[in-house]
Amino acid sequence: MRRQTGMTKQELNPDIWVDSYSDYLFNYAVSRVSDSEIAKDLVQETFFAGLKSAKNFKGEAAERTWLISILKRKVIDHYRKINSKKAKSMVRITQNPNSDADSNFLEEQVADPMSLLENSQIENEELGMAIQDCIAKLPKKHALAFTLKTINGLSTEEVCKELDINPSNLWVILHRARTVLMDCLNNNWFKI
Amino acid sequence: MKSCKDVEIICTKVQYKEASFLEKIKIKLHVLFCKTCKTFSKKNTELTSLCSQANIKTLPIEEKEKMKTELKSRT
Repeated sequence: MRRQTGMTKQELNPDIWVDSYSDYLFNYAVSRVSDSEIAKDLVQETFFAGLKSAKNFKGEAAERTWLISILKRKVIDHYRKINSKKAKSMVRITQNPNSDADSNFLEEQVADPMSLLENSQIENEELGMAIQDCIAKLPKKHALAFTLKTINGLSTEEVCKELDINPSNLWVILHRARTVLMDCLNNNWFKI
Repeated sequence: MKSCKDVEIICTKVQYKEASFLEKIKIKLHVLFCKTCKTFSKKNTELTSLCSQANIKTLPIEEKEKMKTELKSRT
């Protein structure tokens, strides 16, 4: 599977794909298809496609970037598939229930330029990716402890059991992980 | 007197609402005169809010294990 590459070339290592990239890819997919089952399938298909076309990997991009580019195509394919199932000539117009008969229909359909909703959604997605980038830089055990406790909200007891450590170890690990994350996110995201 | 590292660990416990009452008192007293820990505590709280704001989703561990087995069977 590994290609003979020079010093600067990247290598593929499918053994670590699930542990290292599945959450990152899953987040990317779920924010685009808004359905965790479909997102999960897309991630799995991405890994399979990655294996299949591993010989095309030139080692110019990082492994994760390469996998994301495959996932992007999977997401597009997914939308193509569901669109072809619908009647193609169908035009979707949602009538605003609050509009009265005299008001201008078209004007009401225009996006509100003052709306911050879309922006904050995009910003939160970027934030999520930034946090995951930083989590990826942590030692494996620290990353897992932080994710289980903070993102998945497991109890201290459950995390300790999962990692086979005692609570005081866990707190030290979480403290170290959070310190690294604070440094990593520092300039871009912190308001303080 | 608690050292700064102890206080930082308690501060991390606070983020998960798992610090005891006594620990909270200790940290409150400490940050009164320790600027470093005060900044650390603020940043730590901000990190918690950033994480919840980002609404990160992860795959369940069982799903990951399934994926690993599937992937292995194809390599």
